[in-house]
Amino acid sequence: MAPIPGAGLAKGLAVTLRTMTKKTVTAQYPEVRPDLPPRTRGVIGLFEENCTVCMLCARECPDWCIYIDSHKETVPAATPGGRERSRNVLDRFAIDFALCMYCGICIEVCPFDALFWSPEFEYAETDIHELTHERDKLREWMWTVPAPPALDPAAEEPKELAAAHKAVEKLTAAQAEQAAQAETTEAEPRGEGES
Amino acid sequence: MNDALDVTLRLLVVFVVFLTFPLIIGQTEHKVMAHMQGRLGPMYAGGFHGWAQLVADGVKFAQKEDIVPAGADRRIFQLAPAVALLPYLLVLLAIPIGPGEGAVGEVVDAGVFFVLAVMGVGVLGSLMAGWASANKFSLLGGLRTAAQLLAYELPMLLTAASVAMAAGTVSLPGILDAFEWWWLPWQIVGAIVFFVAGLAELQRPPFDMPVADSEIIFGAYTEYTGLRFALFLLAEYAGIVVLSGLTTVLFLGGWHGPWGADGLGWVWTLLKTAVLAFVVIWLRVTYPRLREDQLQKLAWTLLVPLSLAQIALTGVVKVVIS
Repeated sequence: MAPIPGAGLAKGLAVTLRTMTKKTVTAQYPEVRPDLPPRTRGVIGLFEENCTVCMLCARECPDWCIYIDSHKETVPAATPGGRERSRNVLDRFAIDFALCMYCGICIEVCPFDALFWSPEFEYAETDIHELTHERDKLREWMWTVPAPPALDPAAEEPKELAAAHKAVEKLTAAQAEQAAQAETTEAEPRGEGES
Repeated sequence: MNDALDVTLRLLVVFVVFLTFPLIIGQTEHKVMAHMQGRLGPMYAGGFHGWAQLVADGVKFAQKEDIVPAGADRRIFQLAPAVALLPYLLVLLAIPIGPGEGAVGEVVDAGVFFVLAVMGVGVLGSLMAGWASANKFSLLGGLRTAAQLLAYELPMLLTAASVAMAAGTVSLPGILDAFEWWWLPWQIVGAIVFFVAGLAELQRPPFDMPVADSEIIFGAYTEYTGLRFALFLLAEYAGIVVLSGLTTVLFLGGWHGPWGADGLGWVWTLLKTAVLAFVVIWLRVTYPRLREDQLQKLAWTLLVPLSLAQIALTGVVKVVIS
């Protein structure tokens, strides 16, 4: 194949010499942190304020690695004479990362946005039992979750914002009306009182 | 200067070189090999880029238990590492690094003979180890070593003889005194044959069939551990120093250089030796191991004819110019 005998040998030498002058690919991990993409699936964080103990995540988990305990509490009636409401209170939320296969189904299935992917990955333990991480640890990981990607420029306003805006508009309208009413009462002679 | 003091000083210097240069080459091999493979190599030992890696290795080897297999020939087994290592120390004694009496451990009149003969003894260490280990793999490794020695000692001797013919002397400083720059193209084939044959005699990759780990574990050194094993490894690296030094002296003009001839000759010798040692490492990284029959074929059908042709060329040119 080679036109000159020994050309292949020279080529081999050239390859190794060229590799020597290039930058090495070794990652000096403990000293230098790896440069991970922001959406890396490192660990699952729990935003427990959003959790309603609906158990969907635990039931959808293919290898049953989510543990949830809860109890019911009653909330006093909001209005006088109303009915008191019951509410689920989370007692325990744990994920066994020795079993978890990082499929992300729990995150997909959560209807209340209580579970998120975090790029955090340094949670190795020396004992397999210690890989079951409880809610406090899962809540801590929530701080490492990156902000959601921005909406498209022409996108519809998010529902939460729309609702908030609506409430604000209502409130300002009510205040304006109240102010107007106060002005009219100011103009009339005093006597009828405060309301 | 006082004679005894002079001798002691020379021996001491040669001994220090013998202990440090192989380690420097070993560390260079660690780093060069790593970078040629896109790695970093040792980074921790000693703090700065793993400079103390081989010291750490030495400490580890010294801590290990000294084991002699039950069926082994005890005395021979224990003696083998010394037989492998010491010849290189003796050869180092005869290699001149600069002009004059002061820059060589001991002027040997029959230098080329002495050096080649003693280097041949070094291989005996592997043979002894292979035979005495009472292990099939060791025996195979030892026999491969023997076959390799037989095949490659011949072209090595022939090319060294070619240089001796050109210089008209077998003394190493004498050869260098007679050296002219145009010897370089004249003896280039001999130089390559000598270097390749030397690599094979050191059992360096790509000629490391005697220790081919994928076939016979570690050849003659399979049963060795601890300090004795370290001595074998040290012998390999001391062998690189000696081979590079010898090639420099015989073929590359030793202390002769384009400039800085006065007083700086030893720098040229060391520089050339270092470059050759780098080439040894470079070849190791680049080429896969030859098969046992390919090794024999290379020696008998290529290197021996080439060295004979080199001798013929040397003879013809010598007759023409005189």
